[in-house]
Amino acid sequence: MNSKSAGPGKDLRAIQRAFATGITRPLTSGHHMQPKWVDGKPARQAVAAFIKPNDRLTSFDRLEIYNKQYWYRLLDCLYEDFPGLRALIGDRRFHAMSIAYLTKYPSNSYTLRDLGNRLEKFLAREPRWIAPHLKLGRDLVRLEWAHIVAFDGEALPPLEIDALLDGGDPATLRLGFQPYLTFLACDYPVDDFIISVRRRQEPQGEASNAVTERVPRKTARKFKLPQPEKIYLVVHRHENSVWYKRLEPEAYLICSALQKGLPLQTACERAFRRRKKDANFGATLQNWFAQWASFGWFCAV
Amino acid sequence: MPANRFNNFTNYGIGIGLRVPHYQHILSRKPTVDWFEIISENFMVDAGRPLHVLDQILEQYRVVQHGVAMYLGSTDGLDRVHLKKLKRLVKRTNTPWLSDHLCWGSVDGRYTHDLLPLPYTFAAAAHVAQRIREVRDFLEVPILVENVSSYAEFHASEMTEWEFLGEVVEKADAGILLDVNNIYVSSQNHNFNPYDYLNHIPHDRVGQIHIAGHSKFEKYILDTHDHPVLDPVWKMYAHATKLTGTTATLLEWDDRIPSFDEVHREALKAGKFCKGLADGTPAEGIKASPKEAALSSI
Repeated sequence: MNSKSAGPGKDLRAIQRAFATGITRPLTSGHHMQPKWVDGKPARQAVAAFIKPNDRLTSFDRLEIYNKQYWYRLLDCLYEDFPGLRALIGDRRFHAMSIAYLTKYPSNSYTLRDLGNRLEKFLAREPRWIAPHLKLGRDLVRLEWAHIVAFDGEALPPLEIDALLDGGDPATLRLGFQPYLTFLACDYPVDDFIISVRRRQEPQGEASNAVTERVPRKTARKFKLPQPEKIYLVVHRHENSVWYKRLEPEAYLICSALQKGLPLQTACERAFRRRKKDANFGATLQNWFAQWASFGWFCAV
Repeated sequence: MPANRFNNFTNYGIGIGLRVPHYQHILSRKPTVDWFEIISENFMVDAGRPLHVLDQILEQYRVVQHGVAMYLGSTDGLDRVHLKKLKRLVKRTNTPWLSDHLCWGSVDGRYTHDLLPLPYTFAAAAHVAQRIREVRDFLEVPILVENVSSYAEFHASEMTEWEFLGEVVEKADAGILLDVNNIYVSSQNHNFNPYDYLNHIPHDRVGQIHIAGHSKFEKYILDTHDHPVLDPVWKMYAHATKLTGTTATLLEWDDRIPSFDEVHREALKAGKFCKGLADGTPAEGIKASPKEAALSSI
């Protein structure tokens, strides 16, 4: 069979589909393009159907340059965005997991910022990648994604404390939280763990689409894993820096209830029930709301 | 041309790319720089530190937007979310022109995050030109398209890359961001004379020039932006500026980024060519000899 006749011809979309098919397939363990095409036929023949060779490189070699760049760039991005998960499961497993993730959930956004937005979902469906640290792995992924959201997520006009108090009947008043906030109930103190990992992280290059000649770094070091401890966190942004702030369980209860759309009174009653023996809880509650408002966390629903 | 309708009749001089490792230096020392080029997508966010830094830069400097994800050659529909965010950023920066690449990067909703080459066909040129017009109409700012470096060529191609670039910009009535380094890289990878490329594009449409470093490998060259500009590229730049006039020029340095001062010094070398052009004297230490640089072995 004439290999050229089997190719995409001059149709632009067909050419782009063939090209994308080639470059998004995982590399071999030796960092080469897979020798077989998706249909099981020799990749050299499939690639030669639409890419020219030159005097130094075959068609296969030329597409392989793009195949490598695709994986190096995307893997580098996940390495940078999820250093805690990488430290937990180790380089080799993180590498394999990333390939499986990107194969299952290829990027559907113009920005690499969103590359990891379905990693939590992926790991929920394929927990083997984080076994036996299922809860710790889940906590880490959620916190690391929350960090990305807090870094540049949308900020709406904040409600001042006076506006909160004048907001009407607490039985019906609903408060919104800034879109960049994430409240987390964790089974491990992952905040401390990630902070220690990030302190050792290398500075990165910048998203520019210049190509890289390097395979993704393999520099994960051994970290002492945290012991189980129930913690409640809010990942927020203050003065353009990302912060992990621990919350008391009742504070988390209130915030998560408000975030679900429950009225202010209902949210607070839940917390009061847990602290009914605490005579000063009313004052504590006032302090919490004053502090949260001062951070600009509240916004209109 | 120094100032034309494609760069909004500006004459910006020598700029450098705004990069994270230099933020602190720029904001604290406020060095004299003609202008900064930003990667649009790095600032197309809703809030946070990127925009905070950008706003401080905008108080002091002129900023031009350069995109890496519009994928003008893709066959998917234009990404309206991307375009809306881009327009919001255009209003924020007041960029006199906006550039992106003559490439594709997504198909069937799947993004590769790469600047992939197009087959040089008349149909592809018409397709890209139509999209450029749509983008320009929406963004209401002049658009420059940049030639990419490439490592593959298609059987389907019906013309040279420079003919394709000319066809696209003529059909779209768009400007060119002429990346001299990319021409050099592609010329070495595809065995053409880079001066044929420079000589045959519509020079009156060039609104900006890019220069950068690259990396040589045994059988090909990669556009890595992690080195100073190499001599063959400077020589091409000298030739290009003779053809286009002194044009806004930007040094790209995106990986293994050295100090701000080192990057700035490297960029300012370009100014010697512009000065030489104005004076009628060759740039000091660099002989502009087109044939000498053409098709140097790799």
